[in-house]
Amino acid sequence: MADETTKQARFRHVSHKRRTKEDRRFITGQGRFVADIALPGTLHVALVTSPYPCARIDAIHTDAARALDGVVSVITGDELVEATNPLLSGLDLPNIKRRPMAAGVARYAGEWVCAVVAISRHIAEDAAELVEVDYEPQPFVVDPEQAIEASAPLVHPDHGSNILYQRKFTWGDVDGDFARADHQLSFRARWGRNSTVPIETFGVIARWNPGVETLEVWASIQMPKYAEQIARALGLPANCIRVHYDVDVGGSYGVKRGIKHTVLVGYLARKLGAPVRLIEDRLENMTGGDAHGPDRIFDVSIAFDNDGTLKSLRIRALDNVGCYPGRAPLQLGKPIGAIVGPYRIQSVEYEPISVCTNITSQEAVRGFGQGPTNFAIETAVDRVARHLDMDRVEIRRLNFIAKDEFPYTIPSGTAYDSGDYHTVTEKTLALADYPALVARRDQLRAEGLLAGIGFSACLEPSGGNAGFEPLFNPKNPTTTWMESCQIKIDLMGNLTGIIATQSAGQGHETLVATVIGEELERDPDDIRVVRADSLASLPSNSPVGSRMAIMLGGAASGAAKMIKQRLMEIAAHNLQLPADRLVYDGGDVAVRDDPATRIGWDEMVEIAHRRYHDMPVDTEPGLQASYVWEVPGGGGMPDADGRVQMYPCFSFEAHIPLVVIDPVTGKIEILSYYIGHDCGTMINPDIVHGMVNGGIAHGIGAALYEKFEYNADGQLLTGTFMDYLLPSIHEVPRIETVDHCTPSPLTPMGQKGSGEGGYLGAPAALASAVNDALAPRGLEITTLPMRLGDIAKLLHEQT
Amino acid sequence: MKQRAIRVTVNGKAHESEIAPRLTLVDYLRDVLGLTGTHAGCEHGVCGACTVILDGAPVRSCLMFAVQADGHAIATVEGLAKDDGTLSPLQDAFWEAHAMQCGFCTPGMLMAATALLKSNPDPSDDDIMDALGGNLCRCTGYQQIIEAVRLAALRTGEADG
Repeated sequence: MADETTKQARFRHVSHKRRTKEDRRFITGQGRFVADIALPGTLHVALVTSPYPCARIDAIHTDAARALDGVVSVITGDELVEATNPLLSGLDLPNIKRRPMAAGVARYAGEWVCAVVAISRHIAEDAAELVEVDYEPQPFVVDPEQAIEASAPLVHPDHGSNILYQRKFTWGDVDGDFARADHQLSFRARWGRNSTVPIETFGVIARWNPGVETLEVWASIQMPKYAEQIARALGLPANCIRVHYDVDVGGSYGVKRGIKHTVLVGYLARKLGAPVRLIEDRLENMTGGDAHGPDRIFDVSIAFDNDGTLKSLRIRALDNVGCYPGRAPLQLGKPIGAIVGPYRIQSVEYEPISVCTNITSQEAVRGFGQGPTNFAIETAVDRVARHLDMDRVEIRRLNFIAKDEFPYTIPSGTAYDSGDYHTVTEKTLALADYPALVARRDQLRAEGLLAGIGFSACLEPSGGNAGFEPLFNPKNPTTTWMESCQIKIDLMGNLTGIIATQSAGQGHETLVATVIGEELERDPDDIRVVRADSLASLPSNSPVGSRMAIMLGGAASGAAKMIKQRLMEIAAHNLQLPADRLVYDGGDVAVRDDPATRIGWDEMVEIAHRRYHDMPVDTEPGLQASYVWEVPGGGGMPDADGRVQMYPCFSFEAHIPLVVIDPVTGKIEILSYYIGHDCGTMINPDIVHGMVNGGIAHGIGAALYEKFEYNADGQLLTGTFMDYLLPSIHEVPRIETVDHCTPSPLTPMGQKGSGEGGYLGAPAALASAVNDALAPRGLEITTLPMRLGDIAKLLHEQT
Repeated sequence: MKQRAIRVTVNGKAHESEIAPRLTLVDYLRDVLGLTGTHAGCEHGVCGACTVILDGAPVRSCLMFAVQADGHAIATVEGLAKDDGTLSPLQDAFWEAHAMQCGFCTPGMLMAATALLKSNPDPSDDDIMDALGGNLCRCTGYQQIIEAVRLAALRTGEADG
């Protein structure tokens, strides 16, 4: 295995410390976020939202709002029904129509009912308060288990059921393995509805340009096929939509998918002939932004032998997607590609059930459903250890896939590319000085505190792929999830990389410059990376699925190799030698046996740009390349049993936190946090470590603080930052990290993804730690988040 | 609505404006003066993205009306670097330590930490955490931010010492 030294020796730029290209504009206040874009004559939108979880809309009285000075337009959902097409659904649900605003019936508290457009946001908000709506409240359902009962009110009566998707997958001899195993145990675990909640809310500005008939869009977006979705909803050709990708996104981690916002302002911009902007305020974001995350009840059974060998797994996952499906139900699909975690489990039954209710809709959240699933799997492994009175680490050692078993195909059909779970675990234990950590826990216990050590192993499927789309929707045959990069070398010999996506802090400009610099042996600091708009760019699927190091990095590698090949051809022609006698050297091309004889970068650039008479015959002038990369191993359809190659690359992490719980208040404090991390080759270690640390902080929120809490009346109780609690600097401990590198055989530099793992592993690790702390009291908790009040209630019910 | 006249100094430059009394300071800086480096994150005083320095103290510009800033001096992220573009030691340390990802909370972090280092040039980690306790970052987990403030203090100390 490559260690730090050999990695750095192997690469000139990759894996080395490098300041990012993006940070300079952020530290000087020169970031360009959507709310910073001021177009002359811009109109502003404010929204009137439903206060009821379900209500018939009998009338909307807008005269008073329209009469207010500065108000330009007031529109309702009925107008949009006439003028636009329904928004895209991830499932085949022809009788559920999702539109930007409610028409006829509002189906959750916070759903948009009416939009007011005015010359300022202040006036639009004033006018929104003057809109009066006659509602007739209707029966509603909030709880997903009630929603699947026959007597439940239907969220979408035309669909005939509140179940959006349900299928029982069986891979391997589950019944036989359960029958033959020495033991089995079952439990229920709950993952609370949290989300990524970026500090920047979603925002979008649209302007119809009648002279060239394009809709110009600037948005805080992270959405695959965004331009095409806008086009479909507005009934326009996709080449009429110009999404400007040069807008900085103030955090996303999955959720910045504001398609309903965009269709609304796109429609308004065209109708009103002016730029229209909608920047959510925080309450709009939390209640009606449609950006909540998975909300799951797991029923898990696991079969195992006396020695701790895990044999088989049954998981039923009931997920409350809220009101409208969108892509959210597919978050039950991605985990199929890592359904056994890092373990040699030979058979699995998995029953995902996607249910709609009268609460805010879900959106894609960091990990796309993998975080909750990891939590369920790791909780199962911890319970087996406790049942057998085995060490929690030892049982994992026993069941981990070994490093010489890769590529390893799991029962659900996905091959894991590479890994060394044992070594990463041992390195993490060493980092934590595990015996000393145990001694510290025991000392805290001796002092009367509840203290616990957690352990979770975590796979991070990365690279993205579309496998769950045809799996969950047979009418959707998507099997590619490509990414693209263009490179051009200008007349002055300077390199520019062109990418086709926006970024929300992942450092894609640095990534692409580093990879191009590595391939072409040029200084990344001298390489500019720009973003074409959606009309000028090649296909991209945006930075979802922990994929950009792999896919954008791979596309940049591919384009750079094409450039290198062209330089070699120019050199061979001009040196009049066959290419196999030449060697590429720092941008020059030298004769292998006579390195002093060479042709320089500047001269080859000049030949390409000016001296066509010196170019190889019939070659393209200039120096440029375009490369569109397919996901390695992608392209396959699921088989009849639902086996499919999901994501291509699998990063691995081991998390070890130490927590202490105040036995009176139930307050949990994280005293130490150790993580071993293996994402193959790191392109930029600072970026990787930042994302890992930030992912853990986000996972701490999911484990201990964050929840979109609804009461029985269908009202969101946590709509502000005073009650939806994001971890502050005081809640996030110092995170100690040890790196390991198991290169992926599928990627140009051995890279894998790293944007999600912290969030995927931390909740399971913290649940493990809290349960270790509660174990001496004979208590346990399997519901996240484990808030102070939840723990206090457990402790006090006992006493 | 009746407009009010205010005079403020922002990053050393005097401004006179006629504004609505309900205009918040963050909206004034962004929409009237065009200083969009200061960001509105929650608009209810929790996230700290809108932090600016008013007469030397960090304040949340979403919780102040612009009329309340009448007669006061304000510093924003745009004023941290020198006119020739030279970064402040804190800005440079944020870059060196990659103390951000998306950059949205960064201006608020920088202003809160600038105020800290002005009053306490050699802060402990606890001091740093107290000073930044009201600034939320969703990307970094704060670790590289703490490292950056520490690095800035160290370098400033070395330069002064």
